[in-house]
Amino acid sequence: MFRAIYEYFKEILLAIRGLINGMRITGKYIAHARKEIITQEYPDNRDTLQMFDRFRGEVVLLHNENNEHRCTGCSACEVACPNGSIEIIWARREDPETGKKKKQIETFVYHLSMCTMCNLCILACPTDAIKMGHDFEHAVFDRSQLTKVLNRPGSKLEKGVEE
Amino acid sequence: MYDFTTLVQSIGNFLHGQFSPGVATALEWTLVILVYLALYAILGLVLVYVERRVCAFFQLRLGPNRVGWAGTAQTVADALKLLLKEPVTVNKADKLLYNLAPFIITLAALTVISLVPFAKGLQAFDINIGLLFIVAVSSLGVVGILLAGWSSNNKYALIGAMRSGAQIVSYELSVGLSLLTMVLLTGTLQLSTIIETQANGWWIFKGHVPAIIAFFLYLTASIAEINRGPFDLPEAESELTAGFHTEYSGLKFAFFFLAEFVNMFTVAAIATTVFLGGWMPFHLGDWAGFNAVMDFVPPILWFFLKVSAVIFLMMWFKWTFPRLRIDQLLKLEWKYLMPLNLMNLVFTAILVYLGWHG
Amino acid sequence: MSDQLDLAPATDLLTSQEYFVNMGPQHPSTHGVLRLVLTIDGEIIRKVEPHIGYIHRSIEKMCEKDTYRQIVHLTDRMDYLSCHINNEAVCLAVEQALQIEVPERVKVIRTIIDELTRLASHQLWWGVMGMDLGAITSFLYGFRDREMINDIFEETCGARLTMNYNVPGGLMFDIHPNFQKRTKDFVAHFKTKLPEYDQLLSDNPIFRARTEGIGYMSKEDAVAYGVTGPSGRASGFACDVRKRHPYGMYPQVDFKEVLMTDGDCFARYKARILEMWESLRIIEQLIDNIPEGDFQAPTKQVIKLPKGEFYQRVETARGDFGVYIISDGNKSPYRLKFRSPGFSNLFVLDKVARGSKLADLVAIMSTFDYVMPDIDR
Ligand code: SF4
Ligand code: SF4
Repeated sequence: MFRAIYEYFKEILLAIRGLINGMRITGKYIAHARKEIITQEYPDNRDTLQMFDRFRGEVVLLHNENNEHRCTGCSACEVACPNGSIEIIWARREDPETGKKKKQIETFVYHLSMCTMCNLCILACPTDAIKMGHDFEHAVFDRSQLTKVLNRPGSKLEKGVEE
Repeated sequence: MYDFTTLVQSIGNFLHGQFSPGVATALEWTLVILVYLALYAILGLVLVYVERRVCAFFQLRLGPNRVGWAGTAQTVADALKLLLKEPVTVNKADKLLYNLAPFIITLAALTVISLVPFAKGLQAFDINIGLLFIVAVSSLGVVGILLAGWSSNNKYALIGAMRSGAQIVSYELSVGLSLLTMVLLTGTLQLSTIIETQANGWWIFKGHVPAIIAFFLYLTASIAEINRGPFDLPEAESELTAGFHTEYSGLKFAFFFLAEFVNMFTVAAIATTVFLGGWMPFHLGDWAGFNAVMDFVPPILWFFLKVSAVIFLMMWFKWTFPRLRIDQLLKLEWKYLMPLNLMNLVFTAILVYLGWHG
Repeated sequence: MSDQLDLAPATDLLTSQEYFVNMGPQHPSTHGVLRLVLTIDGEIIRKVEPHIGYIHRSIEKMCEKDTYRQIVHLTDRMDYLSCHINNEAVCLAVEQALQIEVPERVKVIRTIIDELTRLASHQLWWGVMGMDLGAITSFLYGFRDREMINDIFEETCGARLTMNYNVPGGLMFDIHPNFQKRTKDFVAHFKTKLPEYDQLLSDNPIFRARTEGIGYMSKEDAVAYGVTGPSGRASGFACDVRKRHPYGMYPQVDFKEVLMTDGDCFARYKARILEMWESLRIIEQLIDNIPEGDFQAPTKQVIKLPKGEFYQRVETARGDFGVYIISDGNKSPYRLKFRSPGFSNLFVLDKVARGSKLADLVAIMSTFDYVMPDIDR
């Protein structure tokens, strides 16, 4: 009888202790709430937001200051891509300087809507013409805007890049 | 120092002086109704903001911080959004009951705050059975919940409503008993007199251990009664999506939402009135200087300070504890809260008989 | 009218009736698009019928047209919480078929990241478990710690969730110079936070009441249904692939296989908590001993597997994950089958949940830790 009563109260006290233990944790965090905040005020911290070097946001074709890129149109990236996000449209054109016919890209089509950011195209590219950009704000109002042409208008192949 | 009786009286006198008695009384009532409706809305909005903010800090987030200064206008914006939303009704719902439910809940919540004494003289009704009336009316809200669950023609809503029914019927007892314990000490049911009895010390201090136990029992039971976490089974979102108000949207949902928060306020206000001295300032023994400083703080501020402390405690509970299961909830009441309450009642009765209370 | 008025005998008014409730596909606690058709009697569950297929993307079929290099990134999209381990399974299968010996460095890094993935998965599970039971705050605490792991991943692998860090023959890049420091920081940080997990949930009497003795699964059931991972081990089924069929660095590191006997929700919960400690131990043993060397074994650009069948098992955060490749000698598999742990773990639900309350079902489901894309593939 007394044993049962003792057990009863012990149970209650133990339960209360467990509850208070839990409240100590949350209490500790609310007391230091200012310091411990883990969320970021995202659109406000755009200027200071630094992505990691290797962050994969989108595929970009690199251009230098003379509007030259390094893509020879070899289509290795197109083959490597698991979901057909890249389409290289190329043509053989006469080089104005040497007069020889040379393979050149007309348009480097990139379907951002299909890309899974798997990095395989970047690994496949023999000339390091493409790389992963850091932009992750890809929201647009129309799906067609996600199909991009990566080579800038009038851009040429950089000198010295082997086909 | 701060007595609102004269102010309220003078408004009454002014009205009676200007108009015929009938019109004056009608005007008085309109005034009271308007004030309380405004209070209801403001309380709801403020509490929703506070809850979201406090919860955010518990969870190491920032919470609403965009609209208005530090996000204070966020709830207003949300309320506006809810007002402008299309009132969706379920096809096979019982239309009358479906539309009635939010009003019953609102009515119950509104009736209870009309009894809360905010400061000396600031109280709409000061009836001599105040506490009894509160206990009676506050359980009316369950009718609204049951109606909402039943009429929505949704199984989740129905389960939620049935849970709520079982829950309120059982926890009503503990709320009543813990208040009864305090009635033994105060010797009155009238809220204003209860506060007067605490002029020389709050009951939680001069009521010895039973008062403290009664306080926590009351808090637990009434949190369960108003369906707040960790006892929020009727709307347990991980089980029942939204429980009894699953099928409500727009304005009607807002009614449920507001009522929930106002109920929280009422519970805190009654706890404050009965246990924490209502609007009485904090006094420390014979420290005349200290007491004078405390007296200087307006009683209405005292009241809201205490209420916020109790509300904070309730939020702390909610944002720390997991939810109980329905059978555990009932077990908690019938196996632990009820017996403890009865023991406490007997204990207090002995205490009062011996005249040991303050 | 009168013929419609079917006046039932008075006794029938009081007898209860079973009814159906559709839980999901859009439900807060089915963790994705799982649909459970419940037969309920009051609050008591009589039958649970899981209906799946709402997020089926035919990954196995897609694999048949992809090259072995491309397949790896599809496995990210299955059990996205243990994506690195899934990647590794495919890579190990391919390496096994080609008989490539990967450098020691690769093995160590893979193992460390495996364990980090497991930790991240369990942290998320812990947070969600609390949330399912109504303690929403734990959700954010779990995410806080997971965030540190995600940062490590992002810095080294380039992505936070679908990392695709493994390639057949090794790793995509070498680890970032900060990797070791960050990982050590994380381990130190998490060692102080893991006891808080216990303090907040495991010691809480409400939590105990909600999980202890609920959803009992016997060892026989676990074996019969093929329930693996921490859920199976909580019933005493010693099924840790890291011990039974070791791969990577697991034979060399010292860790315990967490085995419980209770088989209830709390045992499954505790198994995961203890597993987190073990993961921390594994990481601690390896993080300072990453050998120098290449991060890739030389492999051909176009990988062609020899004719034959290859099977590789790994231990993901949810259990035994298998990759079964039938190759006809081409650059893509003839048939590829994934054995996903979630699928087997899901179908024991009916057996486990019968007779418990509706609220228990939520607890049971979260202790089995379902990830829907893993089940549907
Ligand atoms: S990142 Fe992957 S999916 Fe995207 S374009 Fe490159 S290869 Fe294709
Ligand atoms: S981006 Fe690189 S791989 Fe792709 S076509 Fe150009 S050179 Fe070839």
